[in-house]
Amino acid sequence: MTLLLLLWLQASLLGLGVLAAVFVRFRATSSIVYGAALVICGAALSLAAAYLLGSGAFVERATLPLGIPWMGAHFRLDSLSAFFAIVVNLGAAAASLYGIGYGRHETEPVRVLPFFPPFLAGMNLVLLADDAFTFLLAWEFMSLASWALVLSHHREAANAHAGYVYLVMASFGTLALLLAFGVLAGVDGAYVFDQMRARPVDGRLAGLALALTMIGAGSKAGAVPLHVWLPLAHPAAPSHVSALMSGVMTKVALYGIVRILFDLMGPPAWWWSVVLLTLGGASAAMGVLYALMQHDLKRLLAYHTVENVGIILIGLGLALAFRADGAGPAAALALAAALFHVLNHSLFKSLLFLGAGAVLRATGERDMERLGGLIHRMPRTAFAFLVGSAAIAALPPLNGFASEWLTFQAILVSPQLSSWTLRFLVPAVGALLAMSAALAAACFVKAVGVTFLGRPRSAAAAGAREVDVLSLSAMLVLALLCLLAGVFPGVVIDGLAPVTQRLVDARVAPQLAMPWLSVVPIGEGRSSYNPLLLFLLIAVSMSVTAFAIHRLASHALRRSAAWDCGTPDASPATQYTAGSFAQPIRRVFGTFLFAAREEITMPAPGETRPARLRVRMRDLVWETLYAPIGRVVGFASHQLNRLQFLTIRKYLTLVFALLVTLLLALVVWH
Amino acid sequence: MATVLVQGVQLLLVLLLAPFLTGYVRKVRARLLRHRGPPFLQPYRDLVRLLHKEVVVAESASRLFRVAPYLIFSAVWVAAALVPTYATELAFSGAADLIVIVAMLGTARFFLALAGLDVGTSFGGIGSSREMMIAALAEPALLMIVFTLSLLAGSTQLSTVVAYMSGPDVGVRISLALSLVGLIIVGISECGRIPVDNPATHLELTMVHEAMVLEYSGRHLAMIELAASLKLLLYVSLIAAIFAPWTIAEAGQGVEWYFVGIAGYGAKLAVGGFALAVFETAVAKMRVFRVSQFLGMALMLGLLGTLLLFVSRTL
Repeated sequence: MTLLLLLWLQASLLGLGVLAAVFVRFRATSSIVYGAALVICGAALSLAAAYLLGSGAFVERATLPLGIPWMGAHFRLDSLSAFFAIVVNLGAAAASLYGIGYGRHETEPVRVLPFFPPFLAGMNLVLLADDAFTFLLAWEFMSLASWALVLSHHREAANAHAGYVYLVMASFGTLALLLAFGVLAGVDGAYVFDQMRARPVDGRLAGLALALTMIGAGSKAGAVPLHVWLPLAHPAAPSHVSALMSGVMTKVALYGIVRILFDLMGPPAWWWSVVLLTLGGASAAMGVLYALMQHDLKRLLAYHTVENVGIILIGLGLALAFRADGAGPAAALALAAALFHVLNHSLFKSLLFLGAGAVLRATGERDMERLGGLIHRMPRTAFAFLVGSAAIAALPPLNGFASEWLTFQAILVSPQLSSWTLRFLVPAVGALLAMSAALAAACFVKAVGVTFLGRPRSAAAAGAREVDVLSLSAMLVLALLCLLAGVFPGVVIDGLAPVTQRLVDARVAPQLAMPWLSVVPIGEGRSSYNPLLLFLLIAVSMSVTAFAIHRLASHALRRSAAWDCGTPDASPATQYTAGSFAQPIRRVFGTFLFAAREEITMPAPGETRPARLRVRMRDLVWETLYAPIGRVVGFASHQLNRLQFLTIRKYLTLVFALLVTLLLALVVWH
Repeated sequence: MATVLVQGVQLLLVLLLAPFLTGYVRKVRARLLRHRGPPFLQPYRDLVRLLHKEVVVAESASRLFRVAPYLIFSAVWVAAALVPTYATELAFSGAADLIVIVAMLGTARFFLALAGLDVGTSFGGIGSSREMMIAALAEPALLMIVFTLSLLAGSTQLSTVVAYMSGPDVGVRISLALSLVGLIIVGISECGRIPVDNPATHLELTMVHEAMVLEYSGRHLAMIELAASLKLLLYVSLIAAIFAPWTIAEAGQGVEWYFVGIAGYGAKLAVGGFALAVFETAVAKMRVFRVSQFLGMALMLGLLGTLLLFVSRTL
């Protein structure tokens, strides 16, 4: 029942896309389309939530006479798809709410409105698909709709490049995924997921399927080194679409990984987890370091998606390792940590992208070096952005910390693993995770500090105005959810029980039954965390201290010029910029990872020209991996280009030669 | 009920002792340099004086600038109150394990760094930027040390770690020695002591913490100074609780043990503060970009300790 309703909702989203294309010329269309998308996603969200909390153990199936004639389109709703449907529709609802206000200012609505609802439908259908054909169709639908949205402002030169790279990577990823399903389906083409479950592959074929899945879904999720398209494409789209792509679409890709590795491929071997842990550790550390080097606000956020996908992959890798060892409860803990982070990242990353969109609309700027002081002009946006930043920087008592804490707890039970490789790998990955959390805090001090604090660095920033009520409410709702998920993590952990039960046959102990709503994932005396109590303690001690000081000591306050050691400079150019803030970290980490070099040219004594500081950085992943491939492809196509300008005689000769070769090959073959 | 009382006493104890520890370290340092030094109670007098003064806030400062001092103080205070000083039986000890305590210090640091950027001066920016660079190395190092300890004790709960460390199973272990060295390095860096930062200087290009709080005055500055003192106390208590836990009263012991615990805690603070002062007078301040090597050492020590325990539980 729930499944059919969900499918109807997706059909209505597709219909909404068609209607949007027809009526795009009317002014009211934008608000109506986003409003309808909000209602539909809200309905899907409540359906999925009711399913997960109510009958999470019961699987619903449906077969529709669509797609391949002899197979039909299979759909299925289980606890895993329901959980991801909650994540997707929550983010989609927030983006739609934001879009009602934001979309009014769209210059070319015809390039956004018709693609927005189908994009949402594509993501939802991936979650519900139960055969390879439907899955790939929905996947490609999602990719192409988002590609069209990336190109909605196609006249900006960088966007065209972004769209091109995205299209190439997305096609390549789908190809890999297609081959992965081919391997799983076997020679007789068992493309329905139930057939794959019944007959899992093993040995070398499993390794091949794993590699193809990680290339296909990993590139969509943005795992290093397949992340290159992500920081180009995500910022290029309109901001609420960026929020969807970064906050939600990467989650659909992670769903693909979880579905294939935990469900379709049967019992795991221990070395699968090595792949995930390595990719995860590399993504977490590299993603945040790339992000620190950016001064484009949206690109910075996009690189943080790479980092957070890494954190989630670490959790998934640990869960695979424990499952391979037969340690059910530990696997459930790691999986719950990973999925909790999936939810958290969708919340705070959507929030941050919406905040960046608000800044973009208020000032027309994405470059942090031309922003500053927005907290005075846009206090509510600044507050919401601050909450999101504190959440992504893993600060207690917000939600990002809750899931990272669970991941750390999962790392701390891993000495019981039997494989020696993993025993060496896991602590190193733990160190990378700890370092990425600390660097993320540095990065968001930079993002908030340079964008919202300080003094305005341009006229646009000085004249910014707060955004409309609907956009604000979308951000504030997400900020509230970040706080709630952080203060009541037990609700989420308990909600994930049916998912872990289905995938690893175990669950984390029920948390809501714990005294005082503490989180005790493993056992009393082992580790516990009570965010609610901490939140109240800090809030109470803060207010009591402030009240006591104001009443008993002094509450006098005077405004004056900044002190700045007695030599304040009126020019806002003397402030620290995004580049200068990151300079110490660039020197510590970047000289090796990005081959960062600083060139300083000082004028000779007496000369009046200014001194110059120039920073050069190289993207070594792009240079060592992608540029050579690009050169090879370019060379090959250049060579093949000659074939286009032959005479008819030569073409006939070529065709004849080919025919003879094929016939000869056939003779040799038999 | 008893646990609530113990917790309440601890909350007040750390708050009252923190300025004293700062004053004590200053006094010992001054005496070592053959100066007379300020009286032990000088930090209290400074705090009272600051609290009664008018606050001067820069025109470009936002509301965050005015809220941050209270938030920073509360986060550090709560964190310091959760580290066992004289008894492990704290009412709120279940609220936060070691990882959470580390992260709460991270919350305080996050807002302090933001406050440094808020006014929009270059000194604030230089302080924030360097503080976050130091933290980016110190926090993972600290977490690796936490990993080492919790692998040994089988728990990240500080009360359990303390009980394990004062119990019979500890023995001499390489991983513990590595952790101790690492923890001292992290503590020195995080509290802004020599050789990483100099709490006694102003207007020096190498300063970190003092540059960040340059714009603060009056009661706001008092809160920040108190938070800095509490942080120093927290690190000394943490090292004492883990590596010298013998006098800490445990669950089920009589009331007299609480007094033993308090006396022992006083003695530990005296020894710790003295050692810090001696160390600070013996070494020179290092360049900012040497700090990364100094802290990288702590990170490597922590990682090595954890790796050793992943290999064998007896190391």
